[in-house]
Amino acid sequence: MKGNWDLLFFCLPGIILTTIYHYIPIYGVQIAFRNYKAKKGIWGSEWVGLKNFERFFNSAQAWPTIRNTLVLSAYSLVASFPVAVILALLLNSFRHKRYRKVIQAVTYAPHFISTVVMCGMLILFLSPRLGVVNTVIKSMGGEAINFMGKSYMWRHIYVWSGIWQSMGWSSVIYFAALSGVSPEYHEAAIVDGATKFQRVLHIDLPFLAPTMTMLLILNCGSILSIGFEKAYALQNDLNMGVSEIISTYVYKVGLLNRDISFSTAIDLFNSVVNSILLITVNAITRRISENSLW
Amino acid sequence: MEVSKHLKRTRQDVVYDTIIFIILTFVLLIVAYPLYFVIISSFSDPVAVAGGKVVFFPIGFTLDGYKEVFKTSTVMRGFANSLLYTALGVSINLAVTMPTAYALSRKDFLLRKPITLFYMVTMFVGGGMMPTYIVIRDTGLLDTMWALILPGALGVYNMIVARTFFTTNIPQELMEAAKLDGCGNTRFFFYIVLPLSGAITAILFLYYGVGHWNSYFSALLYINDRTKWPLQLELRNILLLNSVNTTSKVMTEAELKEKERLEALKEMMKYSLIIISSIPVLVIYPFVQRHFVKGVMIGSVKG
Repeated sequence: MKGNWDLLFFCLPGIILTTIYHYIPIYGVQIAFRNYKAKKGIWGSEWVGLKNFERFFNSAQAWPTIRNTLVLSAYSLVASFPVAVILALLLNSFRHKRYRKVIQAVTYAPHFISTVVMCGMLILFLSPRLGVVNTVIKSMGGEAINFMGKSYMWRHIYVWSGIWQSMGWSSVIYFAALSGVSPEYHEAAIVDGATKFQRVLHIDLPFLAPTMTMLLILNCGSILSIGFEKAYALQNDLNMGVSEIISTYVYKVGLLNRDISFSTAIDLFNSVVNSILLITVNAITRRISENSLW
Repeated sequence: MEVSKHLKRTRQDVVYDTIIFIILTFVLLIVAYPLYFVIISSFSDPVAVAGGKVVFFPIGFTLDGYKEVFKTSTVMRGFANSLLYTALGVSINLAVTMPTAYALSRKDFLLRKPITLFYMVTMFVGGGMMPTYIVIRDTGLLDTMWALILPGALGVYNMIVARTFFTTNIPQELMEAAKLDGCGNTRFFFYIVLPLSGAITAILFLYYGVGHWNSYFSALLYINDRTKWPLQLELRNILLLNSVNTTSKVMTEAELKEKERLEALKEMMKYSLIIISSIPVLVIYPFVQRHFVKGVMIGSVKG
């Protein structure tokens, strides 16, 4: 059969499901410009133009949630990015291969812990009364600290627990890339009297540049879409001032308050900013480093 | 790096190696200790855990925490639900993803480009939370397990991993030879491609499986009926939302002690709960870690 049209049947289930659950919602985004009422449906609901967006930007929540999202996301990115690269470089230049395998197996493991369990562990360890961290503090004569209730600690807890959970797994891709470094470079450098540290710094690290750029661009593109799951799980009334991010706000407004159009408008604003960031960062990196996504 | 083995290491290199050894050992301990601590705490006397006495080994070995978990019917129900959702979910994931990935790996498939584009777009553009919710509601999926299974039946990233696998592992000549013998695409896929796809099936099985098992967001959005809650939502109730009620009534010393013990037990049960909820992943992890990593590498090949 020419063109292999029968292969279309292979794709049909996926196309149907993706159309229904992905493309129809994209089409439904127009409710951001309407005053959506379930009874009237998407089409029947009254058209209100940019009113929902105006309402968001005039609300007291707008600036804090945008700021919290940006700060949390940027902090996460800036802190976790180098850790993964450094870990990969160290592992790659590590002499004890067996021990290295153990380290890798262990550092990958937290990646498979669910968000709920991860946050549950944090809350358990940091609990002011029975948590192990505070037990240690108290035994050294200090005062118990309500970690989860201190808003100035919340971001650090969020970011560094994230690094704990993901550094091993994020290093996999760099570690894999490093296997592409030709041994000849190292041999030549050894002959020239380069130390191991110099070789890691001047051979291995530059070799990772394209991979790093690619991942950096992708991460910047999702800077405002930082995960709902973990932020929501770690939220409480005391840290709300820093933990309320756009996605958690969208959830509360839309699903809990049933203010559906308003919620969609905030969500849409979020995706538009993401796309702009992705395109901008891509353009910048293309200009300065010749590496880019497209 | 064969040469370096024969050369004598300089003193600077020895220093470097030592420092790396120390750093990596430190990393290892930082990652491993909290996990280890959860394990030993789950077997220890609750009061000892609360008092910070459990450091390296379980103290006052007991299975009370586990017994407590097994007595909690909501957790058991959630566990059963999650097993069902994961098993069914992964089967559907594979049934949808594998054929699509195979079709898109075929260069002689006329619709390859448009369909690939159709999927690539979804990686960057989406409808967002509420529009998706409306569609799920209008298609009658609310409060059914299908809300957790159908919308994500095809993960684009996973599909690309599988497609890359097929492109590199199923030689085009094989297809041509089969065609000459009168074998059509469907037969070829079921009798030749699938039997050769053990590795990729394992990878997808695990990626999708861990995803289903660990996710709580979709259930939070779409499942209100508690009898249908997956385990992660029940866990959330116990691990995250459980506030310790401190009644202010005056108590005798014995009552106070009993209350403290109960509180500690409640706290310790959480450690056991964490272990039990992680069992499915823990059991397969050692066997499949290799495959997981392989998946990342296949996925990182730009395609």
